[in-house]
Amino acid sequence: MTVMSLSKALNEGMRKAMEDDSKVLIMGEDVGKLGGVFRVTDGLQKDFGEDRVIDTPLAESGIVGTAIGLALRGYRPVCEIQFDGFVFPAADQIITQLAKMPMRSLGAIKLPVVVRIPCGGGIGAVEHHSESPEAYFTHTAGLRVVACSNPADAYTMIQQAIRSDDPVLFFEPKRRYWEKADIDTTSTDWWTPLHAAKVVREGTGATLLAYGPMVKTCLEAATAAEDEGRSLEVIDLRSLNPLDEPVIMNSVRRTGRVVVVHEAPVNSGFGAELAARITERCFYHLEAPVLRVGGFSTPYPPSKLEEHYLPDLDRVLDAVDRAFGY
Amino acid sequence: MTVDASRGAADAPPELVQLLTPEGERVEHPDYDIDLTPDEVRSLYRDLVLVRRVDLEAVALQRQGELGIWASLLGQEAAQIGSGRALTDVDMAFPTYREHGVAWCRDVDPVKLLGLFRGVNHGGWDPKEHNFHLYTIVIGSQTLHAVGYAMGIQRDDATAATIVYFGDGATSQGDVNESFIWASVFNAPIVFFCQNNQWAISEPLEKQTRIPLYRRASGFGFPGIRVDGNDVFACLAVTRKALEAARTGQGPTLIEAFTYRMGAHTTTDDPTRYRVASELEAWKLKDPIERVKAYLFKNELADQAFFDSIDAEADQLGADLRRRCLAMPDPEPLDIFDHVYSEPHALIEQERAQFAAYLEGFER
Repeated sequence: MTVMSLSKALNEGMRKAMEDDSKVLIMGEDVGKLGGVFRVTDGLQKDFGEDRVIDTPLAESGIVGTAIGLALRGYRPVCEIQFDGFVFPAADQIITQLAKMPMRSLGAIKLPVVVRIPCGGGIGAVEHHSESPEAYFTHTAGLRVVACSNPADAYTMIQQAIRSDDPVLFFEPKRRYWEKADIDTTSTDWWTPLHAAKVVREGTGATLLAYGPMVKTCLEAATAAEDEGRSLEVIDLRSLNPLDEPVIMNSVRRTGRVVVVHEAPVNSGFGAELAARITERCFYHLEAPVLRVGGFSTPYPPSKLEEHYLPDLDRVLDAVDRAFGY
Repeated sequence: MTVDASRGAADAPPELVQLLTPEGERVEHPDYDIDLTPDEVRSLYRDLVLVRRVDLEAVALQRQGELGIWASLLGQEAAQIGSGRALTDVDMAFPTYREHGVAWCRDVDPVKLLGLFRGVNHGGWDPKEHNFHLYTIVIGSQTLHAVGYAMGIQRDDATAATIVYFGDGATSQGDVNESFIWASVFNAPIVFFCQNNQWAISEPLEKQTRIPLYRRASGFGFPGIRVDGNDVFACLAVTRKALEAARTGQGPTLIEAFTYRMGAHTTTDDPTRYRVASELEAWKLKDPIERVKAYLFKNELADQAFFDSIDAEADQLGADLRRRCLAMPDPEPLDIFDHVYSEPHALIEQERAQFAAYLEGFER
């Protein structure tokens, strides 16, 4: 067992992937000598060289567009988008090319490209550095969209994403980069499939659905709720596309109450998809409407206000109270 | 708003590499020469005639409702055949959606080009089999794919080049400019082949640029050259040299093939709304096929029987294309779900099963 931060776990996962397969490349802004602004790629260029860890010009569409070309030549590029709010210049390449080219080719082309996106708020950053753009991409067929919430998942999921023959958008909870955990790097027996959800806390009264940075918040909320005599189940979705429906629905059928929690605005957020699916599948098991807790329908606020914008333990518990009020 | 055309304009008049005049006269150029056997010239002529015939047939098929749309290459045959025949087997080409002539050079069956335009698929050939990528419809996106591919060639230590096609309109796209930067910074083995056909649908070149397009290359740090895009000899010679430079580690080249879109942007377009007939008439005199024919005649490299045989072959090709287009099977409804992902995907499988059950309901 090795104690690792989430960012170090990603780093070790990529290192392992690069050792296992010489076609794996890292590319992005400042990923080389600097090791990335969050140091997620720290030391990789030193060990694998400038041809495999590529400091690119400062243009996100170029990063993803050339990664597609490298994949067409047989490489497996892992792109780093420096911050969530900077993914939009690359959105055209991601949506019109990366997502659609395999189908366009009738299966002749595979695009094993990973796009890593540090996401979410809570680090006191300036505008465009705290966003949660996942729903733009879960809406795009052809992409796989995953989000890690803890060091162990970061370590395994990044390796699984790199091995996937499909493009994967990989969301990293930037305010959790420094969380630490013990990781067993000697065995893969304990790994969970990339697209499986995990019940991270069992409970009976209500189900909290979360992914990325909000998993920790929900676990804290469940602990607090226990003190009030309420048993909450927490599911870490891990994968948003595809969604592990059986794990979700099994839980909802047992608890009858659901609160979805994400940092992204509630309006047209991923929670809407979850609420709709749960209602379709579990209508007669529900004791209350599926409730959503998330960001407001505003642009991400200045950092002095972000604690009010971001869902926290109290807002989650407030929603739980409402779910029990039906 | 009026624009002072002189402000920021380049000093010297644009230069144009030409090896064959519109009248079919061979001319010399100090930097570019080409030594073609009579067989090779006749073969180029055949290519030009046959791809024009494929194009003509496709336009007719669209007019008769057999294709939803078609993007004609009329007038651009020399640019495409000249550059396409400069490629070797190991080189990789990235087209727009109008490179039917390059597809011909890469041995892509013309009927496979029709699938996209008939609506039976989004692209019907294996790019790896032909070293010819799928048509890309979003303007300029493929330039970045091509540069990435060229970076892969570098990492493979392979001796090969990449060529990417785009138009004058595309030069305004961010992706194209990013691809220039990437290619330059990484010294990628790539040739940027811009067919400047003077029109981006209804917008003339002046809406895209204040300087000749080939001169943009110098700002990115690699050579740019303008070639007579209606001269198949010059296009072949210039592209060959640029590809060789790419293969030997000398980095990218921008080629601006100066040509003209003789037809509409696509079959849905009406150029009479935005351009004058006299312009078309002037370019007719620079036809890419007529000048090769004149050259062959003047130099007694081909007789009437040869031209007749090529025409007959073209007729046969057109008829065959028509027959096979009409015989192209429509896709099955459940094909919608194929190839969205390379690996199994729960949601796609769920929707496929639901839709299959729904369809079965009608059959009972």
